[in-house]
Amino acid sequence: MIVRLSDDALARALGADALAEAFAGKGHEVHRVSSWGMHWLEPLVDIDGHGFGPATLDDVGAILDGSSDKAIGPIAKHPFIARQQRLTFARAGKTRPTSLEDYEATGGWAGLRRARQIGPAAIVEEVTASGLRGRGGAGFPAGIKWKTVASTPAAQKYIVCNADEGDSGTFADRMVMEGDPYALIEGMAIAGEAVGADQGYIYVRSEYPDSIRKLNEALALCAALIHPFRCEVRVGAGAYVCGEETSLLNSLEGKRGEVRAKPPLPAIEGLFGKPTVVNNVLTLAAVPHILAEGGSAQYGALGIERSKGTMPIQLAGNIRHGGLFETAFGVTLKELIYDIGGGTESGRPVKAVQVGGPLGAYLHPDQFDIKFDYEAYTAADALIGHGGITVFDDTADMGAMARFAMQFCAAESCGKCTPCRIGAVRGVELIDRIRAGGRPADGVELQPVMHNAPKTGRLPEQEIGLLTDLCETMKFGSLCALGGFTPYPVMSALKNWPEDFMPGREGAVQKVLDRNEA
Amino acid sequence: MSTREQRIGEIVAAHAGREGPLMPILHDVQAAFGCVDAESEKLIAQGLNLSRADVHGVVSFYHDFHDHADPRPVVQICRAEACQARGVEALVPGAEKVAGDRVRLETVYCLGLCSAGPSARVGDRLHARLDAAGLARVIEAAR
Repeated sequence: MIVRLSDDALARALGADALAEAFAGKGHEVHRVSSWGMHWLEPLVDIDGHGFGPATLDDVGAILDGSSDKAIGPIAKHPFIARQQRLTFARAGKTRPTSLEDYEATGGWAGLRRARQIGPAAIVEEVTASGLRGRGGAGFPAGIKWKTVASTPAAQKYIVCNADEGDSGTFADRMVMEGDPYALIEGMAIAGEAVGADQGYIYVRSEYPDSIRKLNEALALCAALIHPFRCEVRVGAGAYVCGEETSLLNSLEGKRGEVRAKPPLPAIEGLFGKPTVVNNVLTLAAVPHILAEGGSAQYGALGIERSKGTMPIQLAGNIRHGGLFETAFGVTLKELIYDIGGGTESGRPVKAVQVGGPLGAYLHPDQFDIKFDYEAYTAADALIGHGGITVFDDTADMGAMARFAMQFCAAESCGKCTPCRIGAVRGVELIDRIRAGGRPADGVELQPVMHNAPKTGRLPEQEIGLLTDLCETMKFGSLCALGGFTPYPVMSALKNWPEDFMPGREGAVQKVLDRNEA
Repeated sequence: MSTREQRIGEIVAAHAGREGPLMPILHDVQAAFGCVDAESEKLIAQGLNLSRADVHGVVSFYHDFHDHADPRPVVQICRAEACQARGVEALVPGAEKVAGDRVRLETVYCLGLCSAGPSARVGDRLHARLDAAGLARVIEAAR
């Protein structure tokens, strides 16, 4: 009997290796495949398409003789899977990640073959027509970026894959790299074909040891297939800010991961000053499908407004059915959290949801009708980012989460621009003082010569005024999204849950916010 | 020539032909000696024809590189938002007690197991869905 079991980092962290050994020990053939993305069921054992999970070593006997109470029936028909539209994750759960045979058998390399036939201009045209936008967070149209690189003359150009997926609540890049590495590599080779680049780099964060291993293995096996394109894995070193594209380029060059001022755009002066395509893993992994026969039109027909195609949404945090849910744009948070995610894992009411990682806004249940769409989120002072959704139950202290956002920014700031480097530190102090009920006058203020200094200290509502100002400065004055977007979680927490900042005096918070708005 | 000098010379030579060799070199040196100390910085700088300040600037920028070796085993605990939502903060005091002076606990921001936290990493091994007892076992087993 063939037993299929994921060798994704998450399944392995939950004991999939020991399970695989146990099944092999009983004489069965074990295939290590990619993960279906139903994380609450991992490790998920797949026998002839029927699933059993979450499986432990004690379940092995019962699974084999068919008496296991962990049976979930046919996996592909499970509502969590059946409701999805999987394009980027079409192979999830079905193929052995580094098997060239499996990749080829499921339509692999068709996009690259066709790309080589139709030529650079037509490739760029198809990617543009598909409406594909950068999945890293900014949502910039991929076709336009590629066109810029293609039309910039240079002897050397580069394709850089941003696989520095540092946002908490996101793991789709990891699942692509560990589950379908050839799709990413094929996407990069197609990008190379489109813009005239023969060298690619995949910058992977050091927190993803499994991804690094799988990509290296896959690259060694497919080198001849992607030739003359060459590709190499480079490993980050624990700096969150290196997910910002210019900081990533500096890191690749062997420098401090400091952000560069733009312009010049990386598309014109990128890695080593050469024209460079920098795209996220999900963007590049979507490309083989788009370039396959009819793929561009199919992709462009999905989604709403200007958000085309599908988005691999990641359900994380305190959620009962967490995992990867790829669907066309337009789905609401309500559907995602309750219908699909099953509410909180703790069974308590949902208090807040952070969409888009540490720099994303905290959304209140009143806002859960918002549709998954780049523009709709921007209009709501929020962002989709990399598509991660982190659910919090009613035990969460949103004042503490706002403080954490500032603290995280302070810890991870590259230090190049002042609003982020110093603003984040001041932000932590301000939130602490607000939560402590203001502060008394300090020694300097009490000096007789300080005629104009108030002698009464500062009230928490005055500190809120300062925090609001600080957030404005960070938002508009920072060089990159780290300092520029940290105000999103802070201000959304303050607006939606003032009681967690000034218990019993929510009205006072509202008054300050209203005044600042006016 | 000291063994360290020789080893770093080999590492630098192995990467010298690559574009942007510094990060791969620093990773290898960190893996070989458990740190990139001042002496190593000097040797790397010589090998790549950089100033020591250039190398030190890079070493000190990244969380993964340390300026002195710590012989204790390391357990990294994810304390980012998704793991906080799943209750990691409540586990930290207990984990510190179990770790004592024997194990170094490090905070990481995200291991990418956000639907199954709290999670931890020891070497290249990951652990997820940890409760207090599970995390204690991971820490006790760390070598």
